[in-house]
Amino acid sequence: MPKVKFTAALKRFFPSLQETVVEGTSVFEVVAALEQKHPGLSTYLVDDAGKLRQHVNVFIKNELIQDRDKLSDAVHENDEMFIFQALSGG
Amino acid sequence: MQRAILSGTSKGLVVFWMNKTSVAKTEVHFRGFPVSMVFIDDETQIWWVALSHKHWGEKLHFSSDCGVSWQAAGLPSFSGLKYKPGIAASLKKIWVMQRANQDPNQFWLGTEPGGLFFSEDSGKTFRLNEALWNHPSRLNEHQWFGTGKDYPFIHSILVDPRDHKHIYIGVSCAGVFESRDGGKNWHPRNIGLIAAYLPKTTPEVGHDPHQMLMCQSNPDVIWQQNHCGIFRTLNGGLEWIQMSDVADTPHYGFALAIDDTNPDVAWVIPAESDESRVPIDLKLRVCKTIDGGKTWQSFSNGLPQENSFDLVLRHGFVRKSGLMSFGTTNGNLYGSFDDGEMWQTLSNTLAPIHTVAIA
Repeated sequence: MPKVKFTAALKRFFPSLQETVVEGTSVFEVVAALEQKHPGLSTYLVDDAGKLRQHVNVFIKNELIQDRDKLSDAVHENDEMFIFQALSGG
Repeated sequence: MQRAILSGTSKGLVVFWMNKTSVAKTEVHFRGFPVSMVFIDDETQIWWVALSHKHWGEKLHFSSDCGVSWQAAGLPSFSGLKYKPGIAASLKKIWVMQRANQDPNQFWLGTEPGGLFFSEDSGKTFRLNEALWNHPSRLNEHQWFGTGKDYPFIHSILVDPRDHKHIYIGVSCAGVFESRDGGKNWHPRNIGLIAAYLPKTTPEVGHDPHQMLMCQSNPDVIWQQNHCGIFRTLNGGLEWIQMSDVADTPHYGFALAIDDTNPDVAWVIPAESDESRVPIDLKLRVCKTIDGGKTWQSFSNGLPQENSFDLVLRHGFVRKSGLMSFGTTNGNLYGSFDDGEMWQTLSNTLAPIHTVAIA
């Protein structure tokens, strides 16, 4: 199962959040699995239209995902997925 | 009960607990996060706060113990809806919240883009008001359009205390809409308003009310600080009467406060035209009328009178229980204990203030 790592910023809202492994063969499925583990987490990552939020970045291994609208990028068995906040000031 | 001024800033909620005429202590909640809305339910004393995280989106929280603890509420959702054909709608900001009726579980919520939502379960879930969303004018880009924002937004919700099915909303830009059947049907109520930024200055829809308030003791009287002046209606919005002149002060501005016991009394905080949006002559002042807007008196005692760039946004001014307060985009918070004639500085060190409420 893919491993998911998170920006520490998310721990402020989900104190129990830590590196985890979940079922899923696409980013969409991984986000859905994370929502099961941490109810409400998906609303921090995607908007109500289902798109990745503008200032959230998701990497699979070292690559930014391509499909920010439908989260269809494939995630493989031993992949590492990173969820970061984008660099944006203010 | 001790009063509190809640200041929603771009970096958190700052609560000023007040003694009679001074600050007793302050508290900071949601430190570092932009607060887009504060709503105090006067009956239940539940505090509602909307956050507009740059990274993580819009969130809604409430506290039943005056900020000791906070819980996450549900969120309005545009999932599956189109803003316009081909453009998916998504929640951009929560602007305003209002009790719907005597049932403490029922609320209206106004959002950007132009959505009115209803909750009947204390904010666990929200349902879009489809009658307004499907109003023919909303899909007309000449009637509903963004102003300073990409999308139109609902910033004012007024519920008639005599009949909770009688509702008004204020939309920037679209104007005023009225429903007499609890939101099943909506009618534009913009006669008398001026849209000086359009070729046709008196459209049925396409106006920019910045802030709108209903006199609770005489609900047929509604005031609005509009992009194009100050207006008042005496007949529930059938006709608006302009109470300002473009050549005079006050005229332009965002902030508005009224006296819920006297429909002739109101306060505004004027700004120079929409080109500059700074205090008139860079001197911060509050203007008050006691004759329904025929004449205005200016008060500046205690306010900066030199190089003031303080702009007060539409939800940044409040009056309740003999206390007035406003916050500015420079992070200055002021209070008055004599209905706006003398002002005292409560803080000079806040982040830009979006909204002020009194609990």
